Amino acid sequence: MRNLRFAFILSVIAMFGCTEPKTATSIQSGIIYCSESSPSSFNPQLDTSSTTVDASAHQLYDRLLEIDPATGKPIPGLASSWRVSRDGLTYSFQLRPNITFHTTDYFVPTRTLNVDDVIFSFKRWTDPNHPYHSVNGGRYPYFDSLNLRENIIQIAEVNHLRFTIRLKQPDASFITHLATDFSVILSAEYADTLLQLGEPERIDHFPVGTGPYKLAYYRKNQYIRYTPHPLYWNERAHDGPLIFDITPQSSLRLAKLMTGECDSIAYPSQAEITYVEGRDDIALEQATGLNVGFWAFNTSKAPFDNALVREALASAIDKTTIIDAVYFDSATRSRSLIPPTSWAFSVDTPETEYNPVRARELLAQAGYRNGFSMTLWALPVVRSYNPDALRMAELIRGYLAEVGIAVEIVTSEWDSFRAGLDRGEHDSVLIGWSADNGDPDNFYRPLLSCDGIQSGTNRAMFCNAQYDTIIQQALLTTNIEQRKALYFQANLLIAEQIPLIPIAHANRYKVFRNHLRGVVINPYGGMRFGEMYKAASEGAQ
Amino acid sequence: MLGTLGRYFNLFFITLFILVGLSFVLAFFFPGDPVFNLTGMSLEELPTSAYTKALADERWFVAFWYYVQSLLDGSWGISTITGLDLFAEISTLLPATIELTAYATIVALLVGIPLGFWCGLKHHRKTDYAFMSISMLMSSFPIFWLSLLLILVVSLQLGWLPMSGRLSLLYDIPHYSGFILLDIYVSDHPYRQEALMDALRHMILPTLSVAFLATAVFLRTTRRAVVDVLEQDYIAAAQTRGIPFWKIFLRHIMRNALLAVLPLLAVQVSTLVTNVMIVETITEWPGIGDWLIQAIYERDYSAIRIGMLVVSTVVVFVTLLIECLSKLFDPTQEQFS
Repeated sequence: MRNLRFAFILSVIAMFGCTEPKTATSIQSGIIYCSESSPSSFNPQLDTSSTTVDASAHQLYDRLLEIDPATGKPIPGLASSWRVSRDGLTYSFQLRPNITFHTTDYFVPTRTLNVDDVIFSFKRWTDPNHPYHSVNGGRYPYFDSLNLRENIIQIAEVNHLRFTIRLKQPDASFITHLATDFSVILSAEYADTLLQLGEPERIDHFPVGTGPYKLAYYRKNQYIRYTPHPLYWNERAHDGPLIFDITPQSSLRLAKLMTGECDSIAYPSQAEITYVEGRDDIALEQATGLNVGFWAFNTSKAPFDNALVREALASAIDKTTIIDAVYFDSATRSRSLIPPTSWAFSVDTPETEYNPVRARELLAQAGYRNGFSMTLWALPVVRSYNPDALRMAELIRGYLAEVGIAVEIVTSEWDSFRAGLDRGEHDSVLIGWSADNGDPDNFYRPLLSCDGIQSGTNRAMFCNAQYDTIIQQALLTTNIEQRKALYFQANLLIAEQIPLIPIAHANRYKVFRNHLRGVVINPYGGMRFGEMYKAASEGAQ
Repeated sequence: MLGTLGRYFNLFFITLFILVGLSFVLAFFFPGDPVFNLTGMSLEELPTSAYTKALADERWFVAFWYYVQSLLDGSWGISTITGLDLFAEISTLLPATIELTAYATIVALLVGIPLGFWCGLKHHRKTDYAFMSISMLMSSFPIFWLSLLLILVVSLQLGWLPMSGRLSLLYDIPHYSGFILLDIYVSDHPYRQEALMDALRHMILPTLSVAFLATAVFLRTTRRAVVDVLEQDYIAAAQTRGIPFWKIFLRHIMRNALLAVLPLLAVQVSTLVTNVMIVETITEWPGIGDWLIQAIYERDYSAIRIGMLVVSTVVVFVTLLIECLSKLFDPTQEQFS
């Protein structure tokens, strides 16, 4: 009996004796990121929403080039070197050798990266007859909005690691497009395998890339689990798993950050920043963002096709009050599409002033003496460029009521919201844009060019031949002063036509547990977890 | 005994049949196409079968017959929002809910019943009054508020325990039974010990939240039963015969009081499940309550239909099971039914 009891005590000790936390083991070095929503797929070519980009672009894939966050200049990625011909029309690239694709439950690669993969990744969006072009929607918003397809004449293989791209006309921003989040390189071998199996649509949902992580498991609205890619060509700062804990409620994300259940969170709201500022276990970083929040009018619909009406609406609202109420102190007032940090910014851009009397006069001139009713679509998710669109919408409703316009605020779930915008069902919408690269063209072209309507980035449905000519010319030259003058012309045109009212450029925030290192606010795109790691002292929770 | 079993068996099946019928009819009351609400797919997407044919021809009684068959087959349709198979979804979610309910019930029983006995034996004295007041306070606590309060104090202020989920997502424990402790135990995960400790830490807050109210109810119920038994003549008779009190307690009081408690517990089952569902939502416990409320929020009718059916089936089953057991243990009740 005594022996039995002794044995029992021993076994209890044995059970608990080895539960001491192991330090810096690979599982505890894993990073949990509380993200805001479920990605629509794992291919950033198909979707410019930052949810999809964060979940895929830098985690699963690599690009030919990267952008140095400090200087904004392109640096080598999968391509170790590149050369531009004297006429600016031919780009030649040299790929790094021995770059491996992910080995997953659903695919085992037999070869390393070569030119075929690059050609496949480009052909998918440039060639409408490519077998993969129309798979999963056939829309490539970023490339379509820039109309890059038209400008690429040919992609030719020189040898299996060397290729050239020929353009129709010079494009000063072409090289930066190759470094954006969307220009990812997919596996051509995987695509061929799927095509043989007759399941090509799996390519974007069961991704295979060359990035620091591979997809292990995804449960919609719950979490995404990534495991490290053991043969990653570049350095990865830690070898633990990466988890996206999908937490749509912003306050809940903050709470999880405070309890240490998340190492970093997406889009902390303005009001919440104050909670974490004083805490020594949470770090906060901010930088001026390459973004703009705006109020766009559906210019394809009456009465918003009338510039007088748009000007009236612009004079009816007091931007200063709106910015104070929605962004607090964390944003810069917008004069034009681009933030003051951009080289193309110009302080002389005219702005419509708050003047309700003039707004009524303009409405009367346009033939709407008794006002009208309209819908105002308010972005349903928190975005840095607009942290609280609903509140902004309510304020605007108040201002417009004063000039006799009845506003109905519309909001719905993010996917169906964007689908409604794509169909042009809105009268006006509060939304915004986060740039993908530092080039001003990345603001001017997607947001207001005619091509932007098709790709769903031009929410004003604005199509003006003069505007398109100006921004086209701005790409043909590499002379900064010339380009600046052209973008100023574009600003004047926007100020006169008012297809949209730019409201503010928000600061970007990153909040994270202070044991997380290597967090860089990259103004040129999504999160990069491969560069982050936990400091060893706090490796175990 | 067989008669009792048979009667409850019948009762269960009749209730179940009514529930299935209700879930079928619900598909017609929900907005949208009933076929879509029943299967999560439109008629064109569904593979052709006798069931889809009946649905297409709007022969609803025949369709109902096939609906019952499809429920038994485990083809419960897909979610209209996520497109996932509902049977697979629920078989991963339901164990989590049962797990939380079970832990909370165990805690409540282990605390509530002994305390109830103690208060009953000391009735109308200071300890009794103290516990009665406390339990009164406990049972009038709104559970969602309690749960938030616990999170606020224990997780956010003190930072002692995690506030959401049932296991840190870093631990990749394969799904086996759906009961997390068992799954961790049978897995060959290299960090099994850590995962087990982590799961226990995650469990504390939700379990306490649910157990809080249940403990108060068990305590009060048990105390009442003990007081009732103590007033019986056979207790006084035993005492006059000079039998030591501990013997009276073990032989008469405990047995008779527990028999009286059991049927009262059956009444508590639905409250308990409701509370579990509320706590699941607050603490993001990956159970059927959290899922069902999400489905209601997203108007995922095909999921709401099956979720409600499953939850009500579980409630009916457990309630009837406890009632049946209490009848079997306590033959005196037979006369009254």
